[in-house]
Amino acid sequence: MSENILRVENVTMQFGGVVAVNNLSLDINKGEIVALIGPNGAGKTTAFNVVTGVYEPTNGRVSFKGKTIVENHPQGKMKKLYHGENAGVYTHVVSPTPDKITKLGIARTFQNIRLFGKMTVFENVLIARHMRSKANFMSATLRLNHAEEAANREAAMKYLKLVGLEDLQLEKASSLPYGKQRRLEIARALATEPELLLLDEPAAGMNPQETVELAHFIRDVKNQLDLSVFVIEHHMDLVMEISDRIYVLDFGKLIATGTPEEIQNDPHVIEAYLGVGDEDA
Amino acid sequence: MKEKKKSDMIISAVLLAALFVVVAVLDKRLSATGIAMTVLKKGCIYSLVAVSMNLLNGFTGLFSLGQAGFMLIGGYTYAILTIPVEARNSVYQYFDGGIVQFALPFWVGIIAAGCVAALIAWLIGLPVLRLKSDYLAIATLGFAEIIRAFFQWDKLGVLTNGSNMLRKYPSFQSLMFPFVVAVICIAAIVLLINSSYGRAFMAIRDDEVAAEAMGINLAHHKRMSFCISSFFAGIGGALLAMYQTTIQASAFKSNMTYEILLIVVIGGLGSITGSVVATFLFYACSEWWLRFLDSELMIGAFKVPLLRSGFRKVVFSVIIMLIVLFARKGLMGDKEFSVAGIREFFSKRKKKEAGS
Repeated sequence: MSENILRVENVTMQFGGVVAVNNLSLDINKGEIVALIGPNGAGKTTAFNVVTGVYEPTNGRVSFKGKTIVENHPQGKMKKLYHGENAGVYTHVVSPTPDKITKLGIARTFQNIRLFGKMTVFENVLIARHMRSKANFMSATLRLNHAEEAANREAAMKYLKLVGLEDLQLEKASSLPYGKQRRLEIARALATEPELLLLDEPAAGMNPQETVELAHFIRDVKNQLDLSVFVIEHHMDLVMEISDRIYVLDFGKLIATGTPEEIQNDPHVIEAYLGVGDEDA
Repeated sequence: MKEKKKSDMIISAVLLAALFVVVAVLDKRLSATGIAMTVLKKGCIYSLVAVSMNLLNGFTGLFSLGQAGFMLIGGYTYAILTIPVEARNSVYQYFDGGIVQFALPFWVGIIAAGCVAALIAWLIGLPVLRLKSDYLAIATLGFAEIIRAFFQWDKLGVLTNGSNMLRKYPSFQSLMFPFVVAVICIAAIVLLINSSYGRAFMAIRDDEVAAEAMGINLAHHKRMSFCISSFFAGIGGALLAMYQTTIQASAFKSNMTYEILLIVVIGGLGSITGSVVATFLFYACSEWWLRFLDSELMIGAFKVPLLRSGFRKVVFSVIIMLIVLFARKGLMGDKEFSVAGIREFFSKRKKKEAGS
């Protein structure tokens, strides 16, 4: 068994009285591609937002490489309202802002593409390098950080080449076609030098041909950069093709987990996706 | 590409040097109290303030209306620190000469003006920068009003001279002085915007969530932009105080902020050169070119209708409305006026001509 990189323990996310994610636990090991699937509104993106610090979970813990990065328990008004499980288990509150989590080595893309539209393709990737630069604003203004800036530009170019967008580097990000915007988002996430890459529906809006290409691309990048990948996806072809393991979420609850073959034959999963079949018909 | 960049830099430097010569000549030729001189001096001072506001509103996407407040702080800091000791008794005549009994050289005063404004911006920023869009605008506007009232407070008279004006501090006569200060400050802002931090600011403007996911610390960068913008607004305030030779808190009304905001919007949010050009146009129009509208005009026996005192403001407002309606992005949009840009423009035209 290889070493664990992300562990989500008993995470519950409750908005007011609505439980979006209910007692979710999952593990991702180093070098794995793990998929999280489920019908619309199952809480997949919410789970991502908890891991990346966008939301503070109501209860539960997330750890990255053995270190707790997010932890919370019901407090204040939530104490009464909370109707999830494991209420008394967690006692600490760790709730960093998303930029801190990115710094630790978790990068993500978004379901609805969020590029910096007014900037060029190259600048979009270059921004990701800002976080790791050491120059303060004075030395950056006075251009005392030549070497660092040059290294950042080189690295940004490297990631652009990796996704095959180097010819478009001077275009405005918002002027790219949809599929290329997706690629640019991945390049930007990779430029933060993550160990774990979170992809939120990377194949949304792609045709079957593009989806196949994306599957190859994700696997190549993973091997090249020694990443672990956690992916939310609706396209079953893609999920079955690339994932080592799959978690299935329905109404915020985990209903199945296993290899692609196991999931394909799991009656719970079929029920969740197709509705309850009428056996006699 | 690199060589082109170098030649562009040289051309820009030559143009800037030429501008210096022009300013030096104007300094000699124009009468010091003439209207053209007023417009040029005011243009230099306000273009610095407008660019500082653009850094915040146009590049970082923080809609702040506190600029007049920070100018006031800068202007007062400068005046309080630089009034000569022997003049203090006559300036602070109701407050026994005030409590500050030393005078700093003028350049220390200017830098101090920026620093104090930045320090106060840092303090204000702690609570206020959690707010977004309109709420931030309201909070900063309120802050500017509070500052204005605060500086007029009797109890602080030993420091601020209450609601009386401060005067007799060092000021400038030439056009060269505000021009040089403005050029240095605007150059610093341009360098900042083109640095890694400037890109981070623009990322925040374009999409906060994505910027945060890229590892940009929102609170830190917003505060930084707010403080730097206020620093330069403070320096602008000090220049304004020097230009006016007297300073009174009651003059720094929210109107002043609106005027600057207007300039920034007319010039184009996100365009430094746009802000500068718009500032000079704005003051040239409001103080000079549209003046004739305020006086009655007779052509032979015919009295031109509508021209009377105050009509200038009507025309001016209509112009502004037209700009907002038909050129919503302002004069320059988010583009810059640069040597490279001009060359590209012409080479594109050449290509078009060659193609057709």
